Amino acid sequence: MAYTQNDFKKGQPRWCPGCGDHFFLASLHKAMAEIGVDPWNTAVISGIGCSSRLPHYMATYGMNTIHGRAAAIATGAKVANPNLTVWQVSGDGDGLAIGGNHFIHANRRNINLNMILLNNRIYGLTKGQYSPTSPRGFVSKSSPYGTVEDPFRPAELCFGARGHFFARAVATDAPGTIEILKAAYEHKGASVCEILQNCVIFNNGTHDAVYDKAGRAKNAIYLKHGEKMLFGENNEYGIVQDGFGLKAVKLGEDGYTEADVLVHDAKCEDNTLQLKLAEMEWPVALGVIRDVEAPTYDDCVTAQIEEVKAQKKYHNFSELLETNDIWEVK
Amino acid sequence: MEIKEKESVVVRFSGDSGDGMQLAGNIFSTVSATVGNSISTFPDYPADIRAPQGSLTGVSGFQVHIGAGQVFTPGDQCDVLVAMNAAALKTQYKFAKAGAAIIIDTDSFGPKDLEKAQFNTEDYLGEMNIDPDRVIACPLTTMVKDCLADSGMDVKSMMKCRNMFALGLVCWLFDRDLEIAFNFLKEKFAKKPGIAEANIKVIQAGYDYGHNTHSSVANVYRIETKNKVPGRYMDITGNKATAYGFIAAAEKAGLKLYLGSYPITPATDVLHELSKHKSLGVTTVQCEDEISGCASALGASFAGALAITSTSGPGICLKSEAMNLAVIMELPLVVLDVQRGGPATGLPTKSEQTDLLQALFGRNGESPMPVIAAASPTDCFDTAFAACKMALEHMTPVILMTDAYVANGSGAFKLPNLAEYPAINPPYVPEEMKGIWTPYMRAENGTRYWAVPGRQGFEHILGGLEKDDKTGAISTNPENHDLMTRKRQAKIDAIQVPDLEVLGDKDDAELLIVGFGGTYGHLHAAMDEMRAAGKKIALAHFKFINPLPKNTAEVLKKYPKVVVAEQNMGQLAGWLRMKVDGFVPYQFNQVKGQPFVVAELVENFTQLINK
Repeated sequence: MAYTQNDFKKGQPRWCPGCGDHFFLASLHKAMAEIGVDPWNTAVISGIGCSSRLPHYMATYGMNTIHGRAAAIATGAKVANPNLTVWQVSGDGDGLAIGGNHFIHANRRNINLNMILLNNRIYGLTKGQYSPTSPRGFVSKSSPYGTVEDPFRPAELCFGARGHFFARAVATDAPGTIEILKAAYEHKGASVCEILQNCVIFNNGTHDAVYDKAGRAKNAIYLKHGEKMLFGENNEYGIVQDGFGLKAVKLGEDGYTEADVLVHDAKCEDNTLQLKLAEMEWPVALGVIRDVEAPTYDDCVTAQIEEVKAQKKYHNFSELLETNDIWEVK
Repeated sequence: MEIKEKESVVVRFSGDSGDGMQLAGNIFSTVSATVGNSISTFPDYPADIRAPQGSLTGVSGFQVHIGAGQVFTPGDQCDVLVAMNAAALKTQYKFAKAGAAIIIDTDSFGPKDLEKAQFNTEDYLGEMNIDPDRVIACPLTTMVKDCLADSGMDVKSMMKCRNMFALGLVCWLFDRDLEIAFNFLKEKFAKKPGIAEANIKVIQAGYDYGHNTHSSVANVYRIETKNKVPGRYMDITGNKATAYGFIAAAEKAGLKLYLGSYPITPATDVLHELSKHKSLGVTTVQCEDEISGCASALGASFAGALAITSTSGPGICLKSEAMNLAVIMELPLVVLDVQRGGPATGLPTKSEQTDLLQALFGRNGESPMPVIAAASPTDCFDTAFAACKMALEHMTPVILMTDAYVANGSGAFKLPNLAEYPAINPPYVPEEMKGIWTPYMRAENGTRYWAVPGRQGFEHILGGLEKDDKTGAISTNPENHDLMTRKRQAKIDAIQVPDLEVLGDKDDAELLIVGFGGTYGHLHAAMDEMRAAGKKIALAHFKFINPLPKNTAEVLKKYPKVVVAEQNMGQLAGWLRMKVDGFVPYQFNQVKGQPFVVAELVENFTQLINK
């Protein structure tokens, strides 16, 4: 069935004017329409936080649950009902602080969930405390003298948990966002989409380098599987290997030519270079960074049940009783 | 040799963890149950997983109480103690009655064994003041080796049959029909006939040894059977019966069974049991933590499954936020709490009833939740079934309470016929409500309708934020919150539960005993003993704790004296005082991690009557 974004829209979002969540929501509506799964076969499950309000603006099934538990709740929903397409939405606090354990285990198990991480590097709903993705030294209401801890890098956490899909987009970049959401849906297994999203009130400007089109032209690279990693306003830069690492070079300088530029391989099982890409500070890598096929937990659970059903001779409760040592009192 | 008739007898098998005491005890109880005796068993495992062989901490016990009439507990102390080694004698003798027969394997009382068991001299009987006339001292290991000499088995395999020699000896002592034990072994080892044969040979040898030597025992005993209930039976532990109850309820409701769980003593066997039964479509997920166990179950419930999470007290602490979410989202969920000693890690393998107030109140906000407690190992089946039915039909989380004693103990379970169990009908939203339905519309009994994802036209959102009664949208309206709070409470209050039954001298008791959950057997046994001694006494035992049975106040106020006996500091007493105006009971509280001792109950209750 052909859908439009209006088939997935509901209500009036209550986020602050200019909040990155508005942009993301519009892209999600469009992506879902293009993907074409019926709204009644779709569930959007969030935790708590500004971004976790999102399911209220979806005309699908949804749950806006409790802080940090979205991935755990989504896991149960998907495993119990594999026909359901499940989108799990969290912010950086919900997904990586209080819900960090569920985030890594959903990735490790490879539950077929589309996991959205709206990263604004701040706690917005509680009015401005540093988050687990805030940079060291970050000054906030709860760190007036700067934080003394290092942040998580979401891709590193995902890969460390043996995640098989990681993509990144900027909230204001609708085509880039829609592209990775569709790829996340197509990927069978846990698909983490990090959305760089700006909080206009408490952390304005955190993603400024890539937040508008001009910035992205200078400071971001759109990765495409099988294509050379070129970027810059005129594709004048490229990513080359540098010892054990990567570096951005200007073509024609220091003897680098286009032949030296690496070709992106999102399908490579070994995540070493994908991690290097995800962690680059300049340029910021956007698009699908890793997309490797692997057995999903929910498929395996279903397959194992079918396998055991074929092996075992008992298939209902009364047959189960008969498998025990039974005696008769006459 | 004289054959003495006995009403009931308690046998305790004890030995090293690897000595197969659980199996020996299990066969003995099955043999007894097959002839129609009533049985109640309790395994007593060591806390250490692999304690050094022969050490005091490595002793494993299995106590079985068999009776001509109904027995309600595994018995306070035993009439026969089997001690397979020195450490077992040292640690288990305290469970023997004065005058009990003691069976020992003298081959396991060598100098090293005695040292490991911390005996100071070779006169171990003297050290423990045990009268040698009560002891059947046999070189059990030697005899097992002799018996299997021609079997071609290696010594290690032979040693695994020692428990069967002890079993044979006990069977002789109680005049049991060995054929039943033989059949049990033939079935158990159907795929290993050699092992079955060796075990059978050793049982027979143990029996013959008793018969031929008469040992030092003056009598053999016979426990006749009264009040036989014909039917087919199996031995079942509380945890297994609980798992079976969940499976039965899912089948009856026509739903997929989903368990989200995290290993925790003493609840883990429920996860083990359900994980076995994939051929019934059971889905079990061993989650990353207790939180996820409950949260994923709630997700499964939203998606249309019969969702269960199983744990013990420390797990309930962690699950409480997701349980609370289930309360406000009004989704069905069964939370199993197999209680153990607390607080914190407490006594992981021991039994208490100390989670009751946590179950009733351990959540933020006004968070009413039904609480049900199972009374015995076999009762876990019906109680688990009832918990599932209540959760599904009333769209609410339900706490099902058992305890370590009930969970690990076992009893003879008459095979249930599922056709005789009530139907389970969740309130699925009727198709004709499409277009007008909102998530918090309620059926007549106050229950929200269930719209499972996949149904077109019923897309909706649930969540942890308060919702508008009519539209289902987020609402902070003060009047609406007050209304929704009352509606959630009224829904639970309206659940119909059976009336509280009074057992014993219901018309003229001088003292009413009140309890809940796993103490049923001990309280019943205490009542029986006191009535036999001419006292007027009755028992009202709660299975449904929230909501309380409608006749609760009437029952509690009917008798001149009431004692609430529980394995905590007075949690049920406090709850009843909150719910019944002017109710001031006596209390009997014990928090030892051990089952009640019937003799202590009788003494205490007798004092109360005489007061």
